[in-house]
Amino acid sequence: MVTTFKESKRDKLFLALNYLYLTVALVLVLYPLLYIVSASISSPQYVNTGEMWLFPKGFTLDGYKLVFDNPKIWNGYMNTVIYTVLGTLLNLVVTLPAAYALSRSDFVGRNLFMGMFLVTMFFNGGLIPSYLLIKNLGLINTMGALILPVAASVWNIIVARTFFHSTIPKELQEAAHIDGSTNMNLFIRIVLPLSMPIIAVMALFYGVSHWNSYFPALIYLNDESKYPLQMVLRQILVLQEMSAETTGAAISGDIAEAMNNKAEIASLVKYAVIIVSTLPIVILYPFLQRYFVQGVMIGSVKG
Amino acid sequence: MKGTGQQAVQPTLRPSGGIGKKIRQNWELYLFIAPAFLYFAIFHYGPMYGIQIAFKNFIPSKGIFGSDWVGFQHFERFFNSHYFWDLLWNTLSISFLELAIGFPLPIILALAFNEVRNGFFKKTVQTVTYAPHFISMVVMAGMIITFLSPSSGMIIRLIEMFGINAPQFLNEPAWFKTVYVLSGVWQSAGWGTIIYLAALSAVDPQLHEAAIVDGASRFKRMLHINLPTIVPTITILLILNTGNILGVGYEKILLLQNSLNMESSDVISTFVYRSGLVSAQYSFSTAVGLFNSIVNAIMLIMVNQIAKRTSETSLW
Repeated sequence: MVTTFKESKRDKLFLALNYLYLTVALVLVLYPLLYIVSASISSPQYVNTGEMWLFPKGFTLDGYKLVFDNPKIWNGYMNTVIYTVLGTLLNLVVTLPAAYALSRSDFVGRNLFMGMFLVTMFFNGGLIPSYLLIKNLGLINTMGALILPVAASVWNIIVARTFFHSTIPKELQEAAHIDGSTNMNLFIRIVLPLSMPIIAVMALFYGVSHWNSYFPALIYLNDESKYPLQMVLRQILVLQEMSAETTGAAISGDIAEAMNNKAEIASLVKYAVIIVSTLPIVILYPFLQRYFVQGVMIGSVKG
Repeated sequence: MKGTGQQAVQPTLRPSGGIGKKIRQNWELYLFIAPAFLYFAIFHYGPMYGIQIAFKNFIPSKGIFGSDWVGFQHFERFFNSHYFWDLLWNTLSISFLELAIGFPLPIILALAFNEVRNGFFKKTVQTVTYAPHFISMVVMAGMIITFLSPSSGMIIRLIEMFGINAPQFLNEPAWFKTVYVLSGVWQSAGWGTIIYLAALSAVDPQLHEAAIVDGASRFKRMLHINLPTIVPTITILLILNTGNILGVGYEKILLLQNSLNMESSDVISTFVYRSGLVSAQYSFSTAVGLFNSIVNAIMLIMVNQIAKRTSETSLW
């Protein structure tokens, strides 16, 4: 950058304010995160009375013990892993070939397909028609209801298409055709091995959205043993808490059920379960941040 | 490996191509796009077929096609209902609050990031502020509820430290929108900077050098060089955001909603969920949802037209 010039006084003041601003932003975001980590290993009596405000106080792992002893959480965890892995695989199988085809300028009809996909970004059938469709397809209470309706996202197809378009040299494709190689061969043997970064980005974007999703499970699953982790979290973090805070007000049927579970899951569990459920992403995040950012940037080039 | 056999290529591909030949040569590409095509046809265009029940009296045993037409009856019922204006007001006010607070913040943050040299500090702030983007809605709602719990909430105690009597944020309608919008900003402002940072990396350093020679301060340069560079990006995102003015999602609100804050937390999408899936009034809530989508589509087209007229940038 051009910092070789001497900074004037007002520039120094500006920079100082700028650093101050960013530091405030840092603290505002970081503090709640640190608080949760500390609270998860602190004795609840200190947490609830406010004596624990940054560093753990009254160290205990009871919260984690309760989480690990809770079969519901384990079951939800296993379900989420299965849904995430299978869902992400399906996402890749649908997204990558389509994006590659759309990146080829000699693909007749690509604007038509792209147009068809883009329309869905701005207009959709809405909640009820979507629900009726899933019902008519017989997918209620199956894993299919969680992964098929989100088998691809237009945004990710655009990101992948932009990547293929800008990184796979046209000459490569032309050479392959002269050698008599089929498009299938070209895609699997040459294009995919050159596209590892975008495959990583796609797997991450899709994977995180599967991991974090709760709404499809809420409306399409009625069998609790199939609940993903986020639905179990909803019972522990939201329903229980809400029912405790709003005096006796019933919102929906599952409140009553959550009330029964209330005794079995102590308030201690809250912070630990947040950590445990977010752990896979927290661990991966620093290593993968670069890829996430890359994905957004590739998308924005064409956005 | 790149560029193998480049020498022989030029004449072979282009000239021989009639469209028919191109299609035959690339038939596999249609195979490639088939899964995505089927997916969008079934799961996105399929529900669009179902929209017709907004104008019918849908009876499951008769099916979508076989149910009887009733015209605009469901729409009339919605527009004439006593909750119509409340729903519309809640949806619009949350949207505008989000736009007014949530939209400029990432821009300011990105401009601030841009003034800082690449280094440990910048990297730390970025890593930390991006992180909440990956927190799930459920965990986010759980955090909000826990931190605002009147008996033990962290934020409540922070406020009380200053000797102020903290309100029951989630139980008072007056506070719901603030809580909703500010927590959203906390979660997404950092991540929102990425797209602007990408645009800012395109600033021509020569402009800065010239401005420095002319004695422009850092602040002036930020305002007159950096900001104008990202105006097209800002415009596009603004169009997309205003096009979604009635699109306040149900996922987070449903989690934070309770009977005490309902008055200000009930928006069109949560109403559609409740009347449609909880009370099974399929046709009526489809009509409400359709009203919502149509307003969004009209807004998007209008804002895009305005942007087209007044600036160079537009979606199409």
